[in-house]
Formats: sequence, structure tokens, C-alpha cells
Amino acid sequence: MRFAYYPGCTLKTTARNYEDSALASARALGMELLELPRWNCCGTVHALAKDDVMHYLAPIRVLVRVEDMNREGILEGNYRLVTLCAMCYNTLKRANGVVKEDPDRMRKLHDIMEREQPYEGKVEVLHLLELLREMGFEKVAERVERPLTGLRVAPYYGCLLLRPRGFGIDNPDSPRVMEDLIRALGGEVVEFPYRARCCGSYHTVERKDIVAEAAYKILSQAREMGAEIVALACPLCSFNLSERQDEVEREFPGFRKIPVVYFTQLMALAFGLGEDVCGLDQNHVDPRPLLRSKSLI
Amino acid sequence: MGEERSTVTIYVMGKAYEVPASLTIMKAMEYIGYRFVRGAGCRAGFCGACATLYRKKGSYKLEAALACQKVVEDGMYIATIPFAPAEKRTYDINKLRPTPNVLLEYYPEIARCLSCNTCTKACPQDLQVMDYVQAAIRGDIEEVARLSFDCLSCGLCAMRCPAEIVPYNVAQLARRLYAKYLAKTSEHLMRRLKEIEEGKFDEELKRLKGLSREELKELYDKREIRV
Repeated sequence: MRFAYYPGCTLKTTARNYEDSALASARALGMELLELPRWNCCGTVHALAKDDVMHYLAPIRVLVRVEDMNREGILEGNYRLVTLCAMCYNTLKRANGVVKEDPDRMRKLHDIMEREQPYEGKVEVLHLLELLREMGFEKVAERVERPLTGLRVAPYYGCLLLRPRGFGIDNPDSPRVMEDLIRALGGEVVEFPYRARCCGSYHTVERKDIVAEAAYKILSQAREMGAEIVALACPLCSFNLSERQDEVEREFPGFRKIPVVYFTQLMALAFGLGEDVCGLDQNHVDPRPLLRSKSLI
Repeated sequence: MGEERSTVTIYVMGKAYEVPASLTIMKAMEYIGYRFVRGAGCRAGFCGACATLYRKKGSYKLEAALACQKVVEDGMYIATIPFAPAEKRTYDINKLRPTPNVLLEYYPEIARCLSCNTCTKACPQDLQVMDYVQAAIRGDIEEVARLSFDCLSCGLCAMRCPAEIVPYNVAQLARRLYAKYLAKTSEHLMRRLKEIEEGKFDEELKRLKGLSREELKELYDKREIRV
């Protein structure tokens, strides 16, 4: 099955391990993720102001490209757009929802875009996790060659995969899609209350202390609940919960570092796709000693 | 067929002039009496010195062109841009590496791009300017170099960008990085340079230098042509 796929800027720079492991895992499940031939930044953050039209240009242009792929015959009647980055997912999905309900805003956008084909509103924005759930986790389990036996994984969602209600991929109060996936991969799920707490987001630029405190709370709680590793789906969460562990270590004595990986890295590992495709050397807190101790690599 | 007007009215600095309809903006301005001491170069659409903005009477659109290429149209209000105030960062290309974030490091304002595409609409070379700015954000140096290859650095994209990005200087850095670090070296060229250095062609050149005009002509006429 072929799907239009939107990578987003970060997956091409600092989160290559996310993209590489995701594409390989999807292929192993018989899904071909076709990168949009032309794409731009998703817009990064969803614009909340009613009169803000400019910030809708980027996400809507991306959606137009999916319709272009169908017009050009690359896809046939398939308007589902798969995303990986939680931020891109959120921005694209919300912009899509807003313009479909707001013909006035859509008209203004078309006036500014002029050289583009108008957006026909056909696109459905999805996260890869939704596609896996739709396929059925029993199917995912069938593909597992090296189960994550004995690995205690804490799935972390952050904000943008789950909120706001109506746009999230799962129940924001008790999500289970990542938990189901970890179980299908043979791992042990560690649920913890802070799994949907904000990682501190862009405070990471100016206020590292805020992010360090958030990371400390989230990670030490996961540890307390018995986790050995954290799995997530967002490059910014990943940065804040991995790179910022250096600050956490300095600020909070007694804190023990914990590896943080993308859910797709665990998937590729369990599918036996090899260490190279997982890009484990790119994770800031090295997960390899732990995985080696469990004989997973 | 209706009668075609042989002259049109254009406005330079807001003042109306009747000029022959077949002239380019640049020639029309010279016809009026302007003399270009800046903002004119090759006069052939290659150097990018004659960036010009214009607006036609009754139109909301601000349009961009090269004065040496664009033929005047009736009702054009013209403003030439002899110099584009554009930030250009200083770097030593030998010390840079083609890393994914190097373009962002030197031109962080590219992250302000809203994907409005105004740059693309302004480009007299019909480049996909927005697409290469977007490729720059995601560190795809090769794609920036490819998409911006025909850039003349006229500055119009930078003058129109609402995010105040200077696309053409970003692209120049990308092309420099591409040429220095990413483009494949031409092996046959390196081989030939080595042959020249080793004097493989010295004898032949010496012989040619000693020939008379007639001998050279004969040699040229009898040269081997491989198709």
C-alpha cells in the first residue's frame, strides 16, 4: 500500500534516525511511504489567531501537494498523508480542519497562493501510529523477529499527538496506541502519569531551566515506575528529554540518565532490520549498553 | 486588425513619458534621457544589475523584472532598484563543513519563511525560490544549489520577502558548499591537468607555434572531426 508521506524539516536534519527507522519499518509491513516530491515546512506551530491567514499558507500548501500527487498520477485516489513528527502532524491536521470549516479563510489563502491549484479539502492527515493501529497490532506482532523481551519501555506522548481533543490520535486522558505497539513488539509497558505532560517545548531555547525541570519530573517518574527506556514520537520532545538530561544531571543531584528513543527505532529493532537502520548512535543518551545487556543488539 | 499604437505611456518617478512601444524598460529610460551610471550591466539578462519593480495602472500587483529584458507596457509605473540593501554574512568556505544546519547557522532568518511564495513570483529567472529556501531550512544543500543554479543575484526576491530573508545570498553559500564539498570531482579533468603538467602536449604546442598562417589553415581544414 502506498501513502503520501510528509517528513518535515527536523527528520532531514537532527532526527534522521526517526525517519530511517520509520521508513524501513513501514516497508517491512508492506507500506510504501512516498515522500512528497515538493514540500515546505509545515508551519511548525498552529496559528490560533482568527485573523492569521499567513501562517496557514505553509500547511495548506503541503496539503495541495498531496492533491498534486493524485493529479499527476503518482497516487490514485489516495489522499491520506502520513506524518511522523508530532508537531508536523498537529500543525497540518489542525490547519486542515480549520480551512475545511472556514471558506472565507480558504478563499483568502487561494488569493495569496494564486499560482497553486486551489486546495480541494480532500486530504486526511494521519500519524504513522494511527496507520499501525488501523492495520492491527496483531499484524505488527506477526512481523516481529526479535521480540523486545524483558525491555521495560515507558511510552511518552507529550502534548501534540493527543491534544486538542478531536485532533489527537488517541484518548488524551488514557492513550494506549503506543502501549499496544510496545506490547506487540514483545516489550514490557511501563505506564506513568506524566506520559502526556509537556516537555517544555520551545522554552528549550531561552529557558533551559524550565525544560530541565520538566524533563527531570517526567524522566525520574518513568524511572520510579520501573522504566529502563523511554519511547516517543516527536523530535522536539526527544531533544528536550535527551539533550537536556545534561542540564538535569547538573541541576538535580542523584538523577540517573535514561535512554530516550523513537518508537520506530524499537520497531525496526524488533523487526530485525539491523542496527544501521535504527541509527542508535544518533541518540544523545546512548541506548546501546542497555539494549546489549538485554541481548537485543 | 485594430491599429496598434507605436508608442506607450510609462511613468518614471511618477512622471509620464511617451516612448516607443518596442523598447525595453532600460532603453525606454535612456530614450527619455536618463543615463545609467548604476543599475545597468550586461544588457543581456545575465548580470542581474537592473532589477526593477513596476506596477501597471489599475492593477494591485507589484511586479518585478530586469529592465534590460522587459519590454515596456502602457501605464507602467517604474522604479529601478540600482542597489539591493541585503545582508551578506562573512565566512571562510575552507573552514565550513556541509552540515545540515550550516545554512541556518549563517542565515538563521530563513526559519522565518512563511511559504508565501512571493520570492518565486518576483524572480525574473523563474526560479522556484521558495522551494530552495525551504530546502535550505532542512539542510538540503544539493537541492538549494540545483534549484538556484540560474540565479543572477538581482536582489528582487530579497526586496519582496515579507520575512526579510535574502534568498540569493543563502543560495550562494549553498552553491559554494556544494561545489567545494559535495560535487563529484571531474576525474578526466584531473587526469588531463596532470598530463599538461607533465608536458605531454609541450612538443605539439611548440610545433604549432612554429607553423605559418597557411600551414595552420591547412591543418585546420584537414582536422579530424569525430561525431
